[in-house]
Amino acid sequence: MSDTHAETVAFVRDTMLPEKAPPAAHIGVVGWARINLFSGWMNTVLTIISLLFVGFVLYEILPWLISPTWDGASLTNCREILAALGDDRGACWGVIRERWPQLMFGFYPADLYWRPVLTFVLLLVAVSPVLFADYVPSKILWFSMLYPFIAVWLLWGGTIWGPISALFGFVVGFVVFRIAVRFIIPPLALTVGVLAAVLWWSVLGPALVPDLARLVPVALAPVQSREFGGFLLSITIGVTAIMASLPIGIVLALGRQSDLPLVKSICVGFIEFIRGVPLITLLFVASVLLNIFLPPGTTFDIILRVMIMVTLFASAYMAEVIRGGLAALPKGQYEGADSLGLDYWQAQRLIIMPQALKISIPGIVSTFIGVFKDTTLVSIISMFDPIGLSNAIRADTAWNGIYWELFIFIGAIFFIFCFSMSRYSMYLERKLQTGH
Amino acid sequence: MTTLTDPPAESFKLSMLIYDTRYRAITFQIMALIAFLTLIGWLISNTAQNLDILGKELSFSFLYEPAGYDINQYLIDYDNRDSHLRAAFVGLLNTLLVAGMGCVTATVIGVIVGVLRLSNNWLVARVMTVYVEMFRNVPVLMWIVLAMAILIETLPAPSAFRGDTPTATMNFFDSMAVTNRGVYIPEPLFTRGLGNVSVGGYFDISLDLLAVVAVLIAGFYASARIGKKADATQAATGVRPRTWHLRLGVVVLPLVALLIALGFYLGYPALKGFNFQGGTYLRNSLIALWLALSLYTAAFIAEIVRAGILAISQGQTEAAAALGLRPRRITSLVVLPQALRVIIPPLISQYLNLTKNSSLAIAVGYMDLTGTLMGITLNQTGRELETVLLGMLIYLAISLIISTGMNWYNSRVKLVER
Repeated sequence: MSDTHAETVAFVRDTMLPEKAPPAAHIGVVGWARINLFSGWMNTVLTIISLLFVGFVLYEILPWLISPTWDGASLTNCREILAALGDDRGACWGVIRERWPQLMFGFYPADLYWRPVLTFVLLLVAVSPVLFADYVPSKILWFSMLYPFIAVWLLWGGTIWGPISALFGFVVGFVVFRIAVRFIIPPLALTVGVLAAVLWWSVLGPALVPDLARLVPVALAPVQSREFGGFLLSITIGVTAIMASLPIGIVLALGRQSDLPLVKSICVGFIEFIRGVPLITLLFVASVLLNIFLPPGTTFDIILRVMIMVTLFASAYMAEVIRGGLAALPKGQYEGADSLGLDYWQAQRLIIMPQALKISIPGIVSTFIGVFKDTTLVSIISMFDPIGLSNAIRADTAWNGIYWELFIFIGAIFFIFCFSMSRYSMYLERKLQTGH
Repeated sequence: MTTLTDPPAESFKLSMLIYDTRYRAITFQIMALIAFLTLIGWLISNTAQNLDILGKELSFSFLYEPAGYDINQYLIDYDNRDSHLRAAFVGLLNTLLVAGMGCVTATVIGVIVGVLRLSNNWLVARVMTVYVEMFRNVPVLMWIVLAMAILIETLPAPSAFRGDTPTATMNFFDSMAVTNRGVYIPEPLFTRGLGNVSVGGYFDISLDLLAVVAVLIAGFYASARIGKKADATQAATGVRPRTWHLRLGVVVLPLVALLIALGFYLGYPALKGFNFQGGTYLRNSLIALWLALSLYTAAFIAEIVRAGILAISQGQTEAAAALGLRPRRITSLVVLPQALRVIIPPLISQYLNLTKNSSLAIAVGYMDLTGTLMGITLNQTGRELETVLLGMLIYLAISLIISTGMNWYNSRVKLVER
């Protein structure tokens, strides 16, 4: 049997041939370049044009970037340094060395810089359990809840009893709510709780704080709002608006999806109004009109006013993003929740929101990025954010005529913040991906 | 024996307003209404009290008073004796001008970049990614201010064009001058112009412009009719007549005839004294704003275009190829109509964003609606409530008009499902 073919076939191979190396034109750098860069005449032309462009940009920019002018005290001084080196072009980095504390902190007192720095470090700690829930113990969430009060105290200084009283208002409201909810339905209990908190903040708290401050004087040197500036201002406004806009946005989105026509129309009106006007007009409202809308004699901080308007602005956009998430959810999820006998709030909390928010992560994060970028608009109502400061620096006689260095520095910092936010949202999307 | 008793007759109790789902919705809405009206009433009463204290009253009569300030760029006649209302209208036209120009360039750049980002050429795709990320992650206000700074600091002053050995020369056969005050380009002029027509005595519209636009519209309409007829012939006989020369002809020939009839020529800018005279003068502020807004918005549009193209599944292209369509027809008949449905709604909201961002003009001194009505008029008259509210209402109206258009388009192209 085995030698049936013994006479007809001269040779039968009984082992596999060793694999041959792929053709030289398809491997290594050459192969990669042939496939990705020179796969046709059109691609070749595009590649050459891009190479020329990139080469030109690098040739122009690199020598300019690496310029030994960190000690320059003014633009003319920089040019002298460069001329001494026989270099006719080069950046003047002296402006960054001289002004970077200002670009970071504005006119915040220099001996108190540790306070914003500490606040920023604590911010990272406070958001870590939210951002990296897998790696950070969730007990830190308690710190996250206290963080806003700590941050306000550290940044603005003054007596510690102010923030504590504000915090205590929340405690009062919560306790009243927990007691009231035993007797009346939750929405009413919530109203009662809010009223109790407002009562504390407006009457009892302000009455007690001065006495407490006298009895136990724990205080930091107070810093005025007009001394805030630079990225400190941008981050303060941006982070507040980001944090506050998410819950308000959720409420507005739910209101817009509501079956109650009146609630729905109020929410729609609010959202469409805010989305229809430019942020700058809302900032005009903050700077010139808000005092007219409030009881006579009320004056409060310009930063707080701007924060309120930016938060309202961000909330409207957030509401639309979350509404998109709610609409993208299959109807079966709503019906499933109903058939389990969950009431509206339980269904929202346990079934709808976790899924809707997950769907809307990219939109939420791009709203965050947009809000952070939009904080630069405060420079138009004469607050000294990085853009406002850059105008002031360029008006200075020593630095008159400088622009690339400043804007590259400012732009790079904005880029780092915004780009890392968008990368984080991609990471989160991948992590929460439960499909295939 | 059991006796069936009737269920107790339902009588309305006050607690049912809260605990009975039939009435609860109404109770809550009434509560919400009361809270809302209280808030509104509180705001209005505060405003009234404050205005009383300030000694002002809500009145829009200042709009008819002479504005008393100059606007450096106007599309309709304006001087400082005109009213605040007219100044605001000039500002509104400037807003619409920069927004319209920005939308066109942003779309062109955005589509090109979006398509190139999907290119299988590695280098080109990377370069475009760098562009998109660079512009998306930095505030638009910074781009505007930077563009303005570059224009002012790097371009030659008009005086550099003067003298026997000028350091700067005009571009494009001496037809265009790029200076640090702005760009001068040739302007279209007519020797036998038709003059202007006055609209209600408020402003003039050039009849020449109207004539050109009318001829263009008629040309495109005729061209579309020829295309329709070619389609019908193709459906009936299977052979598509060659029409491109006809279609080109009906658009171009009447236009050329009209321009010759009107005596069309170009007016070139020329250096006279300290500055250029003649030609159309595009201010730096307009160019900076236009460039920055276009490049910034184009980065977003590129992402939208890319997402739209990626949203069309490979199967659609393959199925079209299996039907025997050629690549160009696959693109125009199968991929584009579906991709556009995904692209258009976010694209229009980008147009809306661009229009709203044009209010940042105030940072570079371009006199748009924010600069006139909410800027100088506010400062001169001290009527912050009226001017800001009016400005907001105008922006709101623009947004609502655009979004109504978007909804109309959306409902027209929406896939009709079962």
